[in-house]
Amino acid sequence: MQNTTVPVHILVTAADFDLAAEYAAARCDSTNPGAIVTFSGLVREVYSEHSCDDQDQTLTLEHYPGMTEQALKHIAEQAVARWPLQSVRIIHRVGTLLPADQIVLVICSSAHRHAAFESAEFIMDYLKTSAPFWKKQIRGDESYWVDSRESDYQAMARWQTGTDQKYGSK
Amino acid sequence: MLKINYFASVREQTGIGSENLELPAGINTTGELADYLAARGANWEVLRSPSDLLIAVNQAICSREQQLSADDEVAFFPPMTGG
Repeated sequence: MQNTTVPVHILVTAADFDLAAEYAAARCDSTNPGAIVTFSGLVREVYSEHSCDDQDQTLTLEHYPGMTEQALKHIAEQAVARWPLQSVRIIHRVGTLLPADQIVLVICSSAHRHAAFESAEFIMDYLKTSAPFWKKQIRGDESYWVDSRESDYQAMARWQTGTDQKYGSK
Repeated sequence: MLKINYFASVREQTGIGSENLELPAGINTTGELADYLAARGANWEVLRSPSDLLIAVNQAICSREQQLSADDEVAFFPPMTGG
């Protein structure tokens, strides 16, 4: 059953985030936490065979304001319903980012590590394919929309079978 | 009045990000609306493809069979690529 008292923080922003500050806030939000898992996703550099100068490559994230926040909240609430969590924080950046920039942050706290690990992975797997973000890779004059990947759908689907969830569930 | 949003590659192909539109007579579902809009021309053909197109009504993903109301917010976009 969903515990509505678990603090859930969702932020979609162009601004960068401070890992230490977010960790401190998650710690503060939690009641007697035994484990806090923080996942941060970074923008990878994409190489091409006909380009040796990748200085100018960027990744632009478009989103659907309003629906994005709702979708992230829904994903967080599913995690809260499934694991005994004490807090959830999700930050996702939008706009134009450079290689090595931070793009996404997920923090889950719990009494024990398995619930924190699994729920953070669950949130990331759902976020990839179920929140309205779109990535456009731009390098010089070339640009393309990043395709959705079958492996991302499979990563999400495995949570529906329950075979990968061994520990820490409610 | 419908509010229709287009995102990412769909926005680029149609050439517009959003528009307001009176629910056309005889159009009852999202799929019918997509086909109605696709008839505008070659740039709009993307709305016919059930495999490459997602549809949301009032910010929730739905099928092409979703019934429409006069003041719905509708959005058309490609598969999502967050993270």
